[in-house]
This record gives sequence, C-alpha cells and structure tokens, in this order.
Amino acid sequence: MKTKKYFVFIALLALGAVTLLGGCSTIVLFDPKGPIGESERFVIIAASVLMAIVVIPVFIMNFWFARQYRASNTKSTYMPKWSHSVKIDLAWTRTHALDPYKPISAANPDPVNIQVVALNWKWLFIYPDQNIATVNQITFPVKAPLSFKLTSDTVMTSFFIPQLGSQIYAMAGRRSRLHLLADQPGTYFGHNQQLSGRGYADMYFQAHAVSREEFQAWVEKIRQSPEKLDLDRYKKLAQPNDGYFPVTYFSSVKPDLFEYILHQYDPTWGKNPGPLSRRSVSPPAGTAVAEGN
Amino acid sequence: MMTTEVSTIGIAHDEVVEHPSTIEVQTFGFWIYLMSDLIIFATLFATFGVLGRNYAGGPTGKDLFDLTYTLGETMFLLVSSAAFGLVMLAVRDGRKKLVLMGLAVTFLLGLGFVLMEINEFYGLVAEGNGPDRSAFLSSFFTLVGTHGTHVTFGLIWMGTMMAQVAIKGLTSPVQSRLMRLSMFWHFLDIVWIGIFTIVYLMGVMS
Amino acid sequence: MFGNIFGKLSLSAIPFDNPLPLYAVSGALILALFILGLITYYRKWTYLYKEWLTSLDHKKIGIMYIILAMVMLLRGFSDAILMRGQQAVASGGSLGYLAPDHFNQIFSAHGSIMIIFMAMPFLVGLMNIAVPQQIGARDVAFPFMNSLSLWLTTAAALLVMVSLGYGEFSKAGWSGYAPLSEKTYSPGVGVDYWIWGFQIAGIATTMTGINFLVTILKMRAPGMKLMRLPLFVWATFFTMVLVVWAFPVLTVTLAMLTLDRYLGMHFFTNTHGGNMMMYVNLFWTWGHPEVYILILPAFGIFSEITATFSGKRLFGYTSMVFALGVITLLSFSVWMHHFFTMGASPKVNLFFGIATMMIAIPTGVKTFNWLFTMYRGRIRFTTPMYWTLAFIVTFAVGGSSGVMLSIPPADFVLHNSLFLIAHFHNVLIPGALFGFFAGFYYWFPKAAGFRLKESWGKRAFWCWTIGFYLAFMPLYVLGFMGMPRRLVTYPNPAWYPYLLVAAFGTAVIALGIAFMGIQLFVSIKERRALNDPTGDPWDGRTLEWLTSSPPAEYNFPKTPVVDDIDAFMEMKERGVAYERPDQYTDIEMPKNAPHGLIIGGLAFVFGFAMIWYVFWLAILAALGILFTVIARSMDDDIHHVIPAAEVKRIEDERYRQLASASERLHVSEQAIPEPVPET
Repeated sequence: MKTKKYFVFIALLALGAVTLLGGCSTIVLFDPKGPIGESERFVIIAASVLMAIVVIPVFIMNFWFARQYRASNTKSTYMPKWSHSVKIDLAWTRTHALDPYKPISAANPDPVNIQVVALNWKWLFIYPDQNIATVNQITFPVKAPLSFKLTSDTVMTSFFIPQLGSQIYAMAGRRSRLHLLADQPGTYFGHNQQLSGRGYADMYFQAHAVSREEFQAWVEKIRQSPEKLDLDRYKKLAQPNDGYFPVTYFSSVKPDLFEYILHQYDPTWGKNPGPLSRRSVSPPAGTAVAEGN
Repeated sequence: MMTTEVSTIGIAHDEVVEHPSTIEVQTFGFWIYLMSDLIIFATLFATFGVLGRNYAGGPTGKDLFDLTYTLGETMFLLVSSAAFGLVMLAVRDGRKKLVLMGLAVTFLLGLGFVLMEINEFYGLVAEGNGPDRSAFLSSFFTLVGTHGTHVTFGLIWMGTMMAQVAIKGLTSPVQSRLMRLSMFWHFLDIVWIGIFTIVYLMGVMS
Repeated sequence: MFGNIFGKLSLSAIPFDNPLPLYAVSGALILALFILGLITYYRKWTYLYKEWLTSLDHKKIGIMYIILAMVMLLRGFSDAILMRGQQAVASGGSLGYLAPDHFNQIFSAHGSIMIIFMAMPFLVGLMNIAVPQQIGARDVAFPFMNSLSLWLTTAAALLVMVSLGYGEFSKAGWSGYAPLSEKTYSPGVGVDYWIWGFQIAGIATTMTGINFLVTILKMRAPGMKLMRLPLFVWATFFTMVLVVWAFPVLTVTLAMLTLDRYLGMHFFTNTHGGNMMMYVNLFWTWGHPEVYILILPAFGIFSEITATFSGKRLFGYTSMVFALGVITLLSFSVWMHHFFTMGASPKVNLFFGIATMMIAIPTGVKTFNWLFTMYRGRIRFTTPMYWTLAFIVTFAVGGSSGVMLSIPPADFVLHNSLFLIAHFHNVLIPGALFGFFAGFYYWFPKAAGFRLKESWGKRAFWCWTIGFYLAFMPLYVLGFMGMPRRLVTYPNPAWYPYLLVAAFGTAVIALGIAFMGIQLFVSIKERRALNDPTGDPWDGRTLEWLTSSPPAEYNFPKTPVVDDIDAFMEMKERGVAYERPDQYTDIEMPKNAPHGLIIGGLAFVFGFAMIWYVFWLAILAALGILFTVIARSMDDDIHHVIPAAEVKRIEDERYRQLASASERLHVSEQAIPEPVPET
C-alpha cells in the first residue's frame, strides 16, 4: 500500500524533471542575460541545494518510517543547524550586492538613464539625456549600465524584465530606482507584475539590447517621429486604454515631465525627504558611475 | 455559570483545582478584549505617526489645536473616571442609590467630553479642515474620533447599567457588568492620555 | 450621500448581460430553494430552529461552521476551475471566455473565500468540536458569543455570495492593495462587498479568539496542567493569541480604507498626503499572522493524528509546544517579506528575510518530531493518516519554496510570479486544507456518531494529492519562466503546456471533491453499519474520546481528573476510563438563544445597506443590533438545568451501549461495570 504511494511520488517527480528539461531556454530565470539576473540565479540554485539537504531526508524518512511496524522506543533527534548559517551568509552578501537602488559599476562608465512612468495600461519610457520618449519599448546598448527611475501616474505597479533581473514597484508620488545591465544582445520580455486593474495583462513591453551603433540609429529614428510629448499629449496618453497599447515614439519631451508627474501627487517632492525616504542613495565606493538626478 | 463536579475516580488528589467563578471568567475575557482594543488604538497611533506630518499644504496641528480646550475635555474625562471609581466602591458596599448617583455623574461628565469633541470636530469641518483635507487630518479625526466613539458606546452602556441597577438591583450579573464597564472606562482614560500627549501636545509643539 | 432613499440600488446591478454569473446564481438559487423546500416538506423548521439555529452548544456550532466551510469550498473551487480553464485556453492571442473585469473578480473572490470563508470557518469548526472536550470542559467560556461569531461569519459569507448575483465583487485581489482599491480606481461596489465581508467576519473571528483563549486558560479540568494539554489545544491557544493580536489591525486597516472610500479621507490615496505603502504594511501586519492562524491548527491536528495512529506518544512534546510558541512570536516579525520589492533598503529587507528563514527552524523541529513519532510506532493506515503522510513531504517542499522566497534577491525575480502562487498553495493545501480534512475524518465519528466510509475517503485522498501535484508543480516552473500571477491572457505560448497540465490537475481535484461528496452520502446511508458505539473508534489518546459519539449536551457527566499527557489513554491503561460515578448531580447548561441569529441577520442587512449606500437602512440595522445586545443583557434566565435523573438516564443508556459493544468487539481490557442500583 505504501509502495504504491512511493511510486506515485517518484512518477510525479520524474514527470516534473522531464518537464524542466524539456524547455530550458524558455525558463528565463535560469537563462539570465545580465549580471543581476546571473547573481539571482545563483541565489536560487544555491538555496535549492541547501533546502534539498533538508527536504530529501524528510521524503526518505517519511516513506521509510511508514513501513515500520514495531513497538515504540525513542531515539534522540538531530538538527542540521549548519545549513542555516550558510543560508544567512548567502542572503547577507547577495542582498546587499543586489540592492536595486545600487548602481552597477561597469567597465563602460556611460549609464543610460531611463525614466519609467506606469500608466493605465501601458509603460511610458522617457530618455531625459536624449530627450525622446517611447511607449512599451526600450532599447539600450549591450553592456551599458541602465539607471531606471520609476514612478506611476496611476496605482501601484511592478516593473520587471525577468531575464535581466530584479523587479521594483512604481508608485504615484514616489520615485523608486532600479539598476540593470544586459551582457548579450537580444530582445527581452518585460511586464508589470503587480495587479493594476482591467488592462494589467496588457502591460508588457520589449527590451532590446543592441550595439552602440544600433542604439544611436534607433535614437535617430525616434527623432524623426512626428509625435511630440508635450503636456497635452501626455494627458491624453494617461487616459485608460483597452488592450495592448501599440509601441509609440515621441521625438521630443516636455522638459522635466517626470518631475511634473511626481509633483502632481506630492507637491513637496524633492524638498524634504523624510527620514524613512530612500531618495538619497550614495553610490558604492570606487564606482566610476556618476549618479544623475 | 456551570456547576462543577470533580470526579473522585481513581487516585485521591491533594490539590483539587476549582473552576474559576463566572465573574472571574467574564472579567478575564473582557480584559483580553481590551487588549485587542489596545491593538486597534496602537494601529491608529502608528498610522498617525506615519501620516501625521502629511499636511498636503493644509493646516498643521499648531494651526488648529487649542490646548486650553483640550484641557477642558481632559478634565471632563479624568473626573468622570474618578467618579466611576467611587461607583465601584459603592458597589462593593452594596449601596444602590449611591451607585446610581455616581453613574449619573459619570455619565454627565462623559457626555460633556463627547459634546466638546463633537463641537471641536464640527468647527474644523465647517472651516474646511475636515478629514478629507489631508492625510494628517484623516488620521487625526479617525484616531480621536475612534476614541470618542468608544466613549459614546460607554455612555450607552452606562445608561443601560443605570436601568439595570434600578430595576434588578446589585445582583451578581449586574455587578460583573459594572466591573467590566469600569475597566472599559478607565482604559479609555489611558488612551486619551496618549492622544492628548501625542496628538495635541506634540502637535502644537512641533 | 444621504440623498437617495434607495442609495445605489438598481435593477441594472443584476448581471443579465453576463451569462456565467447569471447561470451560477440561478443554479445556486434553485439549489437553495430546493433545500428550503425539502425542509418544509419534511416539516423540519421547528427542529432546525430549536436544535441548531438557536443552539449555543459548541458541538453543534462547530458542525455548522464546517457546513459553511464546505459550501464555500465549492464556491471557491468553482472560481479555481474557471481560472485554470481560462488560462488553459487564453494562449498567444486568444482571449479565452472571461473578460478581464470578470477574471479579476474571480481571482479576488477565490482568495477571499478560501482564506476567510473556507479555511477560517473550517478550523474554528474543528476547534469548537474538539477543544472543550479535550480539556474536559462542558462548553466554551462564552457560549453566546460563540453563536454570535458563527452567525456573523455566515452573514459575511452570504454578502460575498450575493455579490455574484447583484453588483460585482472586488477586482483588486484578495489583498485589496491601495490605491487600486480606492474610490478613484474602483468606483463600483465590488471593493465594498469585499470590505464588509472581511470586516464582519474579522470581528466574529476576534470574538472567537477571545472565547477560546479564556476557555483554554480558565476552563480546564482539574489536573489538566498546561503542559498536559493535547497538542491541538496548544495549537488552538497559539492560534487565538495570533487572532487577538492580528485581527484588530485588519479591522483598523479596512476601516481606514472604508473612510477613504465613503468620506473622501486620505489614508491611502495617491493625493493629499495619502500613503499607499502604509496600506501594504498594515495589511500584511495582519496578513502574515493570518497565514499562521491557518496553519497552526493543522499542525495541532497532525500531532494528534500521528500519535494516535502510530499508537505512540507524540515525540518531543515540550519542543512541539515551544515550536508553536516560537512560530507565533516570529510570525509578527516577518510581514515585510510580502513586499521586498517595494523599495526598502537592503538592511531592512535583510532583517525580514532572516526573520522569515528563522521560522523554518521550529517548523523543521515539528516535522522531525512527527517523523520520530512514527518511528517504531505501530502505524494504522486510516484516511487521516494518509492525509498526514502526504502533508509531511509535500509541506516540506512548500516550506522550502518559502525559504527561497525569503531571500530578497531571489524574491526580486520571483515576487508575484506563479512561483509565489505555487508556494502558498503548496503550504495552504497540503498544509492547512489536508490538516482540516484529516481533522474532519478524525472527529467526524465523534460529532455524528458514525464513521465515514474509508474506501471513498481514500479515493478522494488520492485524487486530491495527485491533483495537487499536477495542478501546482507546473506553476513552479512557470514562475521560473517569468510568468506573472493574475493574468487573464498571456502573449507567451511557451507557458501554455504547463497551464494545460495545471488545468488537468484541477479536474483531478474536482474528482476528489466529488468523491468526498459521495462518501458523505454513502456514509449517511449506511450509518447504522458504520455506527460508533463506544465513542472511541480510533483507540484515541485524548479526553474527547471518553465521551459518547455524539456526546451528550454536557459532554462529561462528571468532570474528569487528569494525571498525565494523553489523559484518556492513561486512564484506559489504568483501567479506570469507564468507571461509573456513584451518583449524578444536576448540570446547568446554557439555554438556546435566538439573539446570535438575529444579530447575524441584522449584520447582513447592515453590510448590504452600507455597500449600496442605503444609509437609513444601515442605521436601522445597527440600532437593531444594539437593541438586541441590550435585550440579551437584560435577560437573567439564560441557563437551564439538566436534572440528575436525566443525566443518569442518558449515562445508563451509554453504558448499555458500551457493554453490548464490548461484547461484540471482544474488548476485554476495559471492564464495563454494572449500573449502581437505584436507591
């Protein structure tokens, strides 16, 4: 009777293993394209191994003990406490290193600044240094450190490009930060990971990592766009839409549009960050990266 | 509430634990309820702590609070608590008329507190500083208003108890209820001291 | 706001244009009318009113709670089928059969119902049936408040059910994050249904918390010292500590959201200084203890079942109790792990990550203690033991995935993905739900007087276990593939095969539920054959097995005296379990009372009126509640006495049954004494 149960579990586990092997490249969290994602994959795998050290004996003991029939007598228990401290060490170093607010020190010191505004139900991306903006698409040079500043003109959302690494919430009246980097050229799928209403499922976008030349060409292409993101156009853009919002390019942006959006909700923004605020984050020592606004 | 028969089955026992009395059980249960109420106020205080400086360009505590007025409210409440203390002494001595008088005095003082608070709120709303003006005002009105609502329910309870004392006399259930009302009333006093300090005093001083 | 006498009520709130809810509600209404018709036909209304609806008996209240839980399980599971079905077809461009607005209501309802209206009533029901008997008491400390809790919970559940057919439910998820749940972004009645359902149920649960805390601390039988309590009582104790500490936070949080929505305040709004992060913090300050409230009773049940069906005392009693205590304390220090991605600094994230990891330690202690209880025991493979074995291994997987999520950088890529969904279902279903099922099978004979048929129980178990693995293991993979939760459609076709397997798993679980239904039906039909004549069908270890099945109203004719852990087993081993007392005395028990039912009904009206802005009606209902409470307090005649002669008659009948059972079952260890002759 217990043998039957044992085999059922083995069968299910085998099924699971086969499934995993079946589509490795689509399991994007295990196929990261940037240092952040790689680091996070290491954490996941290391944690799994550590926990397997505990879980597998539980499986073995559960089925093995279930087959015993003899009368009782107790033995002393054991607790593999050593695995716990390794987990904490893992967590400690990696959490500090993978703080989304921490800029990436890279050989190439030119960060690409992107301001992200979550709308209903699309993503607006503003490139303040290039004075262009897009909806539902970002492009950036391979190996360039990306410095995102995020806010929302609607409810709480979560900005996430799984194959590059960490997600971060974007909230109205608040500016959050994220730093990512892509090691290899490619197109990466990004989406909103926090329920934001009717069009939540349509809030996905493409992130393209390209060569420096291709990036320049892309910027030039956008500068040819007839659309300009002035205040009126922005207000129209912020209206709710149904269905996936098609990729749109804006050849110029109202100056300080991002600050304007922030100020709508918090008139004191920038003046008196409270003690719990993370608006001031100093770059790590030895980083050549200059922190923009 | 329930009679208890201790079985003498088996080995004789030296210490036979009696079930606690009904009044002990009810008092203990009410105490736990008060602790849950304390968490309610703690959460409201925490919210006031976080949102209490979000004036949204509107008035601050300094602009709005009149400490003399608050002192008046405090006096009403504190003296009413003292009156209730006398009520409980009268209950212990079985003096029904004194209990009723004490309850009436407590009631009137408590009512004075509530009326003063309603007046304060009305004034604020009338001049456009209602709870919808800013997060600070939302948390102020809700924290202070929740306390005031508790006091109001205490007054309703007190009225009911006056009726019960008058009709039934100082029976055991009535005494048990008065005990719990007393705990409730003193608890609200303590919360008010917190409000007075954190909301009014510190608000005016900042 | 005080304008229209009908508030927001209108005929357009009925979903005539939406076939799915329309059919669902029609079906439910027809079923309800059918049941009401049956009761009328068999002339059972008086019986129902007198024996059940107005009962203050904890055993009956417990049964009614479980009936509520099972009904809501069906509703919550229907939501699950709809979701899995939608995701199995809505791949790569196809829109499926559910519009986004509808889908968003479904997952919000699913989570809300399963947690608040299925799991909570289930565990409270089991506690009601078992705990007073386990401590040798005759009832809980506050039987009237017990009835009040039941009917308030039922009223709240009814509100949620009504939202299907009139109006809409919340589309902001079971967690109702601001500002999505604020008026600006959710102007309809959906979030209000959610708020009032949770609020009323929350108040009911807080009362239950107070009730059981006082019961356990003050109503124990003589000799039942704290360190002799059955583990389920300890689990109940710590659960209720969590309830009393945590639920008031929910009450306040929902109240503040209510004030934002109804009076235009600014606690959590985007503008005027509101702070949506405060909502998230407050919600999870309640929310995290809530999930431990769901799991601790299951741990207690598994402790009882492992010991009983291994024929062996629970291994490591003291460490089990301390583990429960540590989990209780730690559960208040981890809430932030629900929002590592909201932008806190690494030091803050780390504190909560490490605190979360630490909770795995006492849980690990418990897991190994259960295993070592089985070691060198004499294991009987009854249905409750099946659930336990599946729990131990499957929960270990779920707990591990939780530890993975507790590491902030891992959470950064897994938060709000299907990995998270897999994790919490992995701990809630094999953990909490299997525990409740096991408890249901274990205590069913005690409550009903006959056992459940094992064959169907085992079939149901296999379907649930296999179905669970099929439905949720693919979700772990999908999380690694980057799929977010709560998606009505998705553009990535690579996700489709896994979602198909998951949908199939849901179908297998549906079969399991069907088998459980069949089992109930067949067992009731064959109840005479399955009869439990002794009250001790499992050779139990704790005091509830001393009473008859079902027990008399007063449980014990004489309060037992306790000497040791596993009090009942100890009595049986000494041969004194069934000793007859020399004489019986009168027993005073609470009288039935309709006030709980009335207040429940008024609470429903209040909630409904508030949702639809019919404020004069809300005020009337509230006043009605106040008057009912005052009326109850004016009533001094709230007990009735069961005379000694009646007690003797009941007990004599019990001993007759015991004697004939012992003959039939050749139970020779327990001598069933002859009755004392009448004087």
